[in-house]
Amino acid sequence: MAADYVEWLRREGRIVIVGASLAGLRAAETLRAEGFAGELTLIGDEPYEPYDRPPLSKSVLLGMASPHHTELPHRWEIDAKWRLGVAATGLDPTAKRVRLADGDEVEYDRLLIATGVRARPWPKPEEARLDGVCLLRTCEDAADLYRRLKAGPRRVFVIGAGFAGSEVASACREMNLPVTVAERAGAPLVGALGGVIGAVAADLQTENGVDLRTHVTVTALEGDPAGRVRAVHLSDESVVEADVVVVSLGSLRNTEWLQGSGLGAGPRGVACDAGCRAFDFRGIVTDDVFVAGDVARSPHALFGYQFLSLEHWGNAVAQAETAAHNMICHGAERRPHLWMPAFWSSMFGVNIKSVGVPPMGEQLMVTQGSLAERRFAAVYGYQDRIVAAVTFDNTRWLEFYQRQIEIGAPFPVEYPTMDRRPEGRQPVDARFPDPSLPTHGPMVTLSGYSPADQQLVFHPARH
Amino acid sequence: MPHASMMRQITDFANRANPYPVYEELRRTPVLHEEEDGPYLISSYYDIKALLHDPRISSDAANLAAAGDDALDQTEETGGLPPSFLRLDPPEHDRLRRIANGAFGPPHRPRRIESMRGQMRDIVTELIDGFGDARQIDLVDQFAYPFPVTVICRLLGVPREDEPKFRTWVDPLVASLDPDTGRGADDTDHRKTAREARMQLGMYLAELVEERAREPRDDMLSDLVNSRGPDGAMTMMEVLSTSVLLLIAGHETTVNLITNGMLTLLRHPEYLRRLREDPGLSVNIVEELLRYEPPVQLVPQRTCIGDIEVRGVTIPKGSRIWLVLAAGNRDPERFEDPERFDPDRGDIQHLGFGSGIHSCFGAPLARLETQIALSELARRLESPRLVEDPPPYRQNAVLRGPRHLGIAFEGLR
Repeated sequence: MAADYVEWLRREGRIVIVGASLAGLRAAETLRAEGFAGELTLIGDEPYEPYDRPPLSKSVLLGMASPHHTELPHRWEIDAKWRLGVAATGLDPTAKRVRLADGDEVEYDRLLIATGVRARPWPKPEEARLDGVCLLRTCEDAADLYRRLKAGPRRVFVIGAGFAGSEVASACREMNLPVTVAERAGAPLVGALGGVIGAVAADLQTENGVDLRTHVTVTALEGDPAGRVRAVHLSDESVVEADVVVVSLGSLRNTEWLQGSGLGAGPRGVACDAGCRAFDFRGIVTDDVFVAGDVARSPHALFGYQFLSLEHWGNAVAQAETAAHNMICHGAERRPHLWMPAFWSSMFGVNIKSVGVPPMGEQLMVTQGSLAERRFAAVYGYQDRIVAAVTFDNTRWLEFYQRQIEIGAPFPVEYPTMDRRPEGRQPVDARFPDPSLPTHGPMVTLSGYSPADQQLVFHPARH
Repeated sequence: MPHASMMRQITDFANRANPYPVYEELRRTPVLHEEEDGPYLISSYYDIKALLHDPRISSDAANLAAAGDDALDQTEETGGLPPSFLRLDPPEHDRLRRIANGAFGPPHRPRRIESMRGQMRDIVTELIDGFGDARQIDLVDQFAYPFPVTVICRLLGVPREDEPKFRTWVDPLVASLDPDTGRGADDTDHRKTAREARMQLGMYLAELVEERAREPRDDMLSDLVNSRGPDGAMTMMEVLSTSVLLLIAGHETTVNLITNGMLTLLRHPEYLRRLREDPGLSVNIVEELLRYEPPVQLVPQRTCIGDIEVRGVTIPKGSRIWLVLAAGNRDPERFEDPERFDPDRGDIQHLGFGSGIHSCFGAPLARLETQIALSELARRLESPRLVEDPPPYRQNAVLRGPRHLGIAFEGLR
């Protein structure tokens, strides 16, 4: 019976993918590549074919790539119905129907949720509406910001020194624009990489001419009578004049449309099992709803089976492929999504790459190179194991550290490594901020064991 | 009857034409340690890949010397020149390679290689036209050697007409890279010859480099000696050892890649035909060649600076390691049907250029040269066939390739 259903589904079933970005596209391609011959529908709230986002905060801002020409290459003819420019607004899993913003309904036999995340807006709507206050997530955001940067503003103000904010600051400096960056924590990138590495990132910014303000928050954005942003007020009572403000406060998961659906979905994403099947709010796995990409949170064997939320390009691809495969095969052929978290960034001419889950780490050890030279490899330890690694301009070693994480290699690293400096002989506190404070997008978050957990911030217990 | 050791079988000239059965046997013991104080031979794809990225594996010639290798340690760091970055670890390696890269590729010289495409094509055309009315050629002497030599000379700024001169120094240096375990008594002589050759070559290049320091031109020697980036300048001695490395590595390996390429295509005529019809296929053909017949068969110059466990075997600190790239490239654990030459395989990957921080510096150059060479040979030679198979090989087990490759053909197109 079940076997017959899968055969029927592969032949003439209806698969709907909500979310037409990286994960949605790669899933669609995988479905076709693995022989799905039925009806395929892709629903996306943006009016564009799937495009690549990493260039938007890098080459696009420098004018080296067009914001409207970062389309993702199609690897496979997918022969799909596209419903672009219309958001999904609701899900009825019993009737197997997706409701759309235009009132339409789309029926499915199997559904993939790949709605991703959006930029967290400035919390005060009136200030957020001021001309010159920008977000950076979509190609339209990038086109708008590029136009404003090119116009030569007196000063750009970036709120939040996570990866996206730091990349924007880097682009500004490359364009020789004055830029101020405000960060609640003590340094850039602390949410993702901790305070020790954050201090390196801070030096990188100030040496490149960024006016970096740490331990401050923005209290107000001030507009002029014409409704253009004119100044930024900070918690230390200073005021910085700027005519472009980039709000870079991390992201929100696009799960609101799932309210009332009964799925284990909330502000932290949609919970799914390692095979990408969504959980309902009772913790029971569903048969016909799958999840992939930034919006998913799934348990990971390497990190104590905690649910892991990853805003990583590579994760979106890998999880989409696994979800698609599992959607159209028999139970015994299903694969787990066991992707090793990994991300990259480039700023101020430095390549930053990381594997594993740095925020899980309590201690840090620089195993190669030196922080002062900003060329190094460092590993993070948690409960005597290596759980993550980061490199600055030292990418070629990362594969080794990934393997160390996979085999649960001991921490601290006692064995000799090439180019180990005196500073790397002893582990130090990695200095992650107090987990109860919100950080802007660590990009990888351990989010506990409960599939229906609605709590916003969770990190492993610390001593 | 004592069984010949695997190391001896690899270096045994009798196995040069087809070492792959030896590698197949070698892979049965993926971590092989045959003699006390001898090297550990690593032959599986994944192990080699992992060790190439392992920060406990040193390329530093000084570590190798300490590990008691007499055949290999004496060539580079003596002869008055410091070791090149190939034989150094970070941070010195990284600094020198970054400066060298500033003279070679992106971001500082993004078009240096690509802009030579036209010149390369002209050189190839001239060499093929030079076959004249002959209906049989030696591909090595008439094409596969002169082509990359001419290219590297232009790239560096070394006069092409000096080739007979520097060749007399390059040959003994290249020979000294061969870990011929049976060399025995003449070893000291070999080392002495190599040392002198390296010094002579360095002195020859010193003159050119000094000229470029005074009057820079659009070539790599000029860029190397005049580089003043964030990493500072190379010392004169560093410029010389880098130049020696680039001059030798810039052609010795490509000769073999091109020759192995033509040999392989003549053994698989359907791909020769397809390449003639579609020069674009040369990209996949060259990648598959780098897997199937890699010009550098093994890396015999690494040392462990700590204990390393590979497949349950602990390789103790201070041990020498041979990474047998050519064996890993045909590892059935990684490749489907590994003994088949198949440029159509969907996932051509290989260890042909190594991996990690020492991955081939000149890879973009070697790729482009070989792509152009093979597609032009395929296009222009009418009904080519091998004169003898297998052809005679060079002695060297590391830089393995035919010494001559006789090709008969009906005419030129």
